[in-house]
Amino acid sequence: MSASSAFNEEKGGSSSVGEPEYGHDPASGGIFSSDYKRHDDLKEMLDSNKDSLKLEAMKRIVAMIARGKNASDLFPAVVKNVACKNIEVKKLVYVYLVRYAEEQQDLALLSISTFQRGLKDPNQLIRASALRVLSSIRVTIIVPIMMLAIKEAASDMSPYVRKTAAHAIPKLYSLDPEQKDQLIEVIEKLLADKTTLVAGSVVMAFEEVCPERIDLIHKNYRKLCNLLIDVEEWGQVVIINMLTRYARTQFLNPNMNGSDKTFYGSDEDEDEEEEEKEKKAEAPMAKRKPYVMDPDHRLLLRNTKPLLQSRNAAVVMAVAQLYFHLAPKVEVGVIAKALVRLLRSHSEVQYVVLQNVATMSIKRRGMFEPYLKSFYIRSTDPTQIKVLKLEVLTNLANETNISTILREFQTYIKSMDKDFVAATIQAIGRCATNIGEVRDTCLNGLVQLLSNRDELVVAESVVVIKKLLQMQPEKHSDIIKHMAKLTDNIQVPMARASILWLIGEYCEHVPKIAPDVLRKMAKSFTNEEDIVKLQIINLAAKLYLTNSKQTKLLTQYVLNLAKYDQNYDIRDRARFIRQLIVPTEKSGALSKYAKKLFLALKPAPVLESPFKDRDHFQLGSLSHLLNAKAGGYQELPDWPEAAPDPSVRNVEVKDSVRAVGTVTCRDRERWKGARVCSRTRANPPQERKHQRKSDQQKSDSESESDEESDSESSQSESDDSDSEADDPVCNNRKHKCIDSSLVLCLQNISPCSALKSYELLHRIRGEGLSVEYCFSRQPFSPDGNMVAVQMQFTNNATSEAKNLHMEDVKLQSGMRVKEFPEIELLPAGETATAVMGIDFCDSTQAANFQLCTHTRKFFVSIQPPVGELMRPVFLTENEFKKEQGELISVTCRPPTPFLSDSRFNSIRFILFCIAQNRKLQICLRGLYSLYTYDILGPETHHRHRKNSPKNEKTLPRGKKGKKP
Amino acid sequence: MIHSLFLINASGDIFLEKHWKSVVSRSVCDYFFEAQERASEPENVPPVIPTPHHYLISVLRHRIYFVAVIQSEVPPLFVIEFLHRVVDTFQDYFGVCTEAAIKDNVVVVYELLEEMLDNGFPLATESNILKELIKPPTILRTMVNTITGSTNVGEQLPTGQLSVVPWRRTGVKYTNNEAYFDVVEEIDAIIDKSGSTITAEIQGVIDACVKLTGMPDLTLSFMNPRLLDDVSFHPCVRFKRWEAERILSFIPPDGNFRLLSYHVSSQNLVAIPVYVKHNITFREGSSQGRFDLTLGPKQTMGKAVEAVLVSSQLPRGVLNANLNASQGTYTFDPVTKMLTWDVGKINPQKLPSLKGSMNLQAGASKPDENPTINIQLKIQQMAISGLKVNRLDMYGEKYKPFKGIKYMTKAGKFQVRT
Repeated sequence: MSASSAFNEEKGGSSSVGEPEYGHDPASGGIFSSDYKRHDDLKEMLDSNKDSLKLEAMKRIVAMIARGKNASDLFPAVVKNVACKNIEVKKLVYVYLVRYAEEQQDLALLSISTFQRGLKDPNQLIRASALRVLSSIRVTIIVPIMMLAIKEAASDMSPYVRKTAAHAIPKLYSLDPEQKDQLIEVIEKLLADKTTLVAGSVVMAFEEVCPERIDLIHKNYRKLCNLLIDVEEWGQVVIINMLTRYARTQFLNPNMNGSDKTFYGSDEDEDEEEEEKEKKAEAPMAKRKPYVMDPDHRLLLRNTKPLLQSRNAAVVMAVAQLYFHLAPKVEVGVIAKALVRLLRSHSEVQYVVLQNVATMSIKRRGMFEPYLKSFYIRSTDPTQIKVLKLEVLTNLANETNISTILREFQTYIKSMDKDFVAATIQAIGRCATNIGEVRDTCLNGLVQLLSNRDELVVAESVVVIKKLLQMQPEKHSDIIKHMAKLTDNIQVPMARASILWLIGEYCEHVPKIAPDVLRKMAKSFTNEEDIVKLQIINLAAKLYLTNSKQTKLLTQYVLNLAKYDQNYDIRDRARFIRQLIVPTEKSGALSKYAKKLFLALKPAPVLESPFKDRDHFQLGSLSHLLNAKAGGYQELPDWPEAAPDPSVRNVEVKDSVRAVGTVTCRDRERWKGARVCSRTRANPPQERKHQRKSDQQKSDSESESDEESDSESSQSESDDSDSEADDPVCNNRKHKCIDSSLVLCLQNISPCSALKSYELLHRIRGEGLSVEYCFSRQPFSPDGNMVAVQMQFTNNATSEAKNLHMEDVKLQSGMRVKEFPEIELLPAGETATAVMGIDFCDSTQAANFQLCTHTRKFFVSIQPPVGELMRPVFLTENEFKKEQGELISVTCRPPTPFLSDSRFNSIRFILFCIAQNRKLQICLRGLYSLYTYDILGPETHHRHRKNSPKNEKTLPRGKKGKKP
Repeated sequence: MIHSLFLINASGDIFLEKHWKSVVSRSVCDYFFEAQERASEPENVPPVIPTPHHYLISVLRHRIYFVAVIQSEVPPLFVIEFLHRVVDTFQDYFGVCTEAAIKDNVVVVYELLEEMLDNGFPLATESNILKELIKPPTILRTMVNTITGSTNVGEQLPTGQLSVVPWRRTGVKYTNNEAYFDVVEEIDAIIDKSGSTITAEIQGVIDACVKLTGMPDLTLSFMNPRLLDDVSFHPCVRFKRWEAERILSFIPPDGNFRLLSYHVSSQNLVAIPVYVKHNITFREGSSQGRFDLTLGPKQTMGKAVEAVLVSSQLPRGVLNANLNASQGTYTFDPVTKMLTWDVGKINPQKLPSLKGSMNLQAGASKPDENPTINIQLKIQQMAISGLKVNRLDMYGEKYKPFKGIKYMTKAGKFQVRT
């Protein structure tokens, strides 16, 4: 580093305080030449009580910092101004503080209290910037203060401050890794945040602090997928990369299955080898069920695809690598077009994209073939781009396009850029080895290049020809002769060495010329490069063994010369070869085999792309680009053999929140026309799209049985209704008051009028048995306090399932469960339903139990969304009308004041909601009876109230009976 | 992510440094200088350079290297794209992005960098948000600030930061409401010796300058949207609407922005506006070479081809050229061997030509490389792909804006091989 420090000084080094200042320097003012005085002046300005002077001083100081000058001695003077009223001065003081606090820890502590005050400021920008600076001061003593500030900011009302908190997490972690556990808690909390602003930053923090804690993602996976399109572009990159890794651990390989064999058939030959391999790998698993993509896997692919249209190259690349690593082969093709588009961008972007395309084009050649011409090289491209394009072109070459590619290569060979020409010759060599049909054409072309005027071109050709000849030497003795003649002219050592090796190796094909070449070489031996000398010895040895009559003396001569060579490697080689080939009485058994040793058949070299096997690094990563593991690189895990439990991603409460989001949009549209919606890009059409998306998704995840169970349950409901009509408990409960907080908990009530069914056991995990459950919203007859859970068992397996029952119930204290009656037999393909009751004690705690068949046990859990914790209450028509009548005045009032009024009881509230909804009102008129719901117990969500007053309009449109 | 940023000028001086984490000594740039020395051309410096403890990722814009220092794994494109965004922001703020402009505005630059990255992770890169935080320097504002003592720094969180349309600030007001759209297409083509097209594609962009009051919601529809099958959008464009109806619907950012860029790759759609007749030969044994070049319009749909500029990198052996241009002027730089011919407008009645001889180094053998000819040109009022805007509508605001659409075709990387 001594050299570099010297260099530094030359360049106006960073730490030289005493160097003289010149007029153009804004910090010097051009008046004061001495360092001491200059800083005195600044100090004076900082001490004055005029903001403009302070600002001027701070500007000069920042200019010094920018140029790498040391301004640390001003620290006390600057730090005094941390509480300055002028916001620009304040900001510049922050800049200064962050830069020098590490060096002056004690003094830096003086400023902490200002930031602590800032953290409480009503202005969110000030809160956020106080946290930013506080967390950027790298002073270990304040770690506890930082921790506290981060924790507080993580639950701040402003999403901007929460975002800043997410940014602060890695800062604190790098300062004190021991805080990891606490920080993970904060990360977990922020991961659950529903704003797009926070999502990117918290995933970034996750990646830096605890990338291994993949389990934290489960519950947020679907939310992240759905938010992705609205997250800012930098966050998108980070989230997509993280989700790629996540998906690799949670889903099955979509290409490890027989189902895409039809695709293989249509594909080009390139996949054949791979196919073979995969077939072998498949063999033991051949009996496996056909692959069905996990709906969550599909969700990820579907939600990332539009981002290929992003203007940000990093986002496009991130999606491209996600598709490359995760998508079924048939779908990967979509990324090619987007990647080719990026080639128009800045040359640095091109460079990175081409590196990745080069790797991809080895694995999936077909993908880029239609874009072959986009990789043609222009004379104005920088050399590094040219070489990469050449690499891609070579990878794309096959029997059909090779003639076009070779014609293109011919133009490249005439280029002025010699490095590029050399690379082209290499590329031709690779094409020739890979595609047998053109080997002779290529060889002829290369031989013609041997008469090129540029020595580099000739040398490169020789090296490539040597490799090609090794494949079928017997056919090409004339080329070897031609090359032997070249030894007179070519001076490039590598080329000379190659020619000598060729002649030695195939001396039988050129029996007359070989000894002559050796003669010439012996003459010039002393002037040759080492690498050539070694090959001369080699040639001599080989000739001695095949044609000792002519070359005995020459060989002796060469070996003698080598004996006294300066290079020990050459001396060694000479000694070793002499012992081996020249028979003496002392020579060992080896000399008998000398001929076999030297003239053994050597395998032809394989010319491979340097990008082969690079895809074990995650594409688009720094490690992939450098082909070496960079610090902090997270390995891309292999696909799991069997899919881990997909139910871990189920988030019932969150699910309904998502649904609420969509309904909110819908309702708001109805009421207020097109209002800006917070979740999407402020446009009604897209909102609708979102809705459709989430609807689709629902149907994806729930399968068609949704509707069926729906109608079924409504039927059974009508049967039950009369028998339960005068349950005294229900009636008592009806008048239970609700407080205002309950209104909030209604946000989480599943708003769909349809019964939503949830998956209890996925059919893959359940080995054919799938179980879904829904909250049937029926009174549970054995115990009025229990919530009825209707379970639907479907046997998708080929064999029947027996003795379905539950065992080993694990509950929170106070909760109770009434088990469903055992199902003795469930034949293959059949469906059965059963009802169980759970008393959740008005909490959203999950009920865990084991579901047992005669052969297996599955751990399952049921967690109720708040909205399902209801009790049905029966009302006659008259009663209903009476209640409705009481509410007429209410309906005329705008909804918000109503909701903030806590004096209403639950039934009124719900009726009000019904009345608001015109459609439902119409059906209500014809009602003979009506169900309404009493909510069992309050749950407080103060945060929601603060953040989203709009959401109060969310309506629980529960089931309200049916038409006569 | 991004630890530090160094700005290095063409002569190798580090003229600005900024650190977002602990300070990284500027000696780390020595690795960059080494790589720079190895590279023959400035643009051949590898964008990613590994050093023992850091990685250097650099971009070259306006003859300034922006070198980012990173310490651990990060997608290289992420950093590259960010650095370009920094340059774009500087350009936006100062008009130009030169060493002088950066040095003059070093405080603003520092404030900008401070806002753009937090702990190395991008925080605010949207120009509208930044402009609310840090107002661009203008002479008028500087004067007002000196007199009134107000500052360039915003005190409130920019409205865009929290809104669903972060690219637009609220409370925009104009007396003249206007929206201009420029459809600019560039032809990238390689023409071979015989004049046939080897590859040709069109890179198009629609740049907009929108100065509208309030929160206008615009829709832009095309006569022939099927041309646009490979597009990338500004984040404001509603992708789903485009997918379904092929209509661009968006709430525009305030001011200048690139609405979309597209790529027409199918060759048969690309019309080549000019042809080149060339005869460049070097005779064996003589130190003379012939140079003969004629340009003519081809498929221009009746529009004039303007601002034609021909350049060619002649072989190293060429000492000088004695040429005669029938129109315009030519220059030959004997050091770089670059021949440039500023043709101007092509008159179809009298085709421009450049004829004459070249002198080669005495005794040098005939150069075996052929120079390629690069052509720049402009055609006004036409998009070569035939793309046409159908109509532009505005919703959400009451006033009537002034709307304008301009078409232009340019040559991008247009090369003729000889």
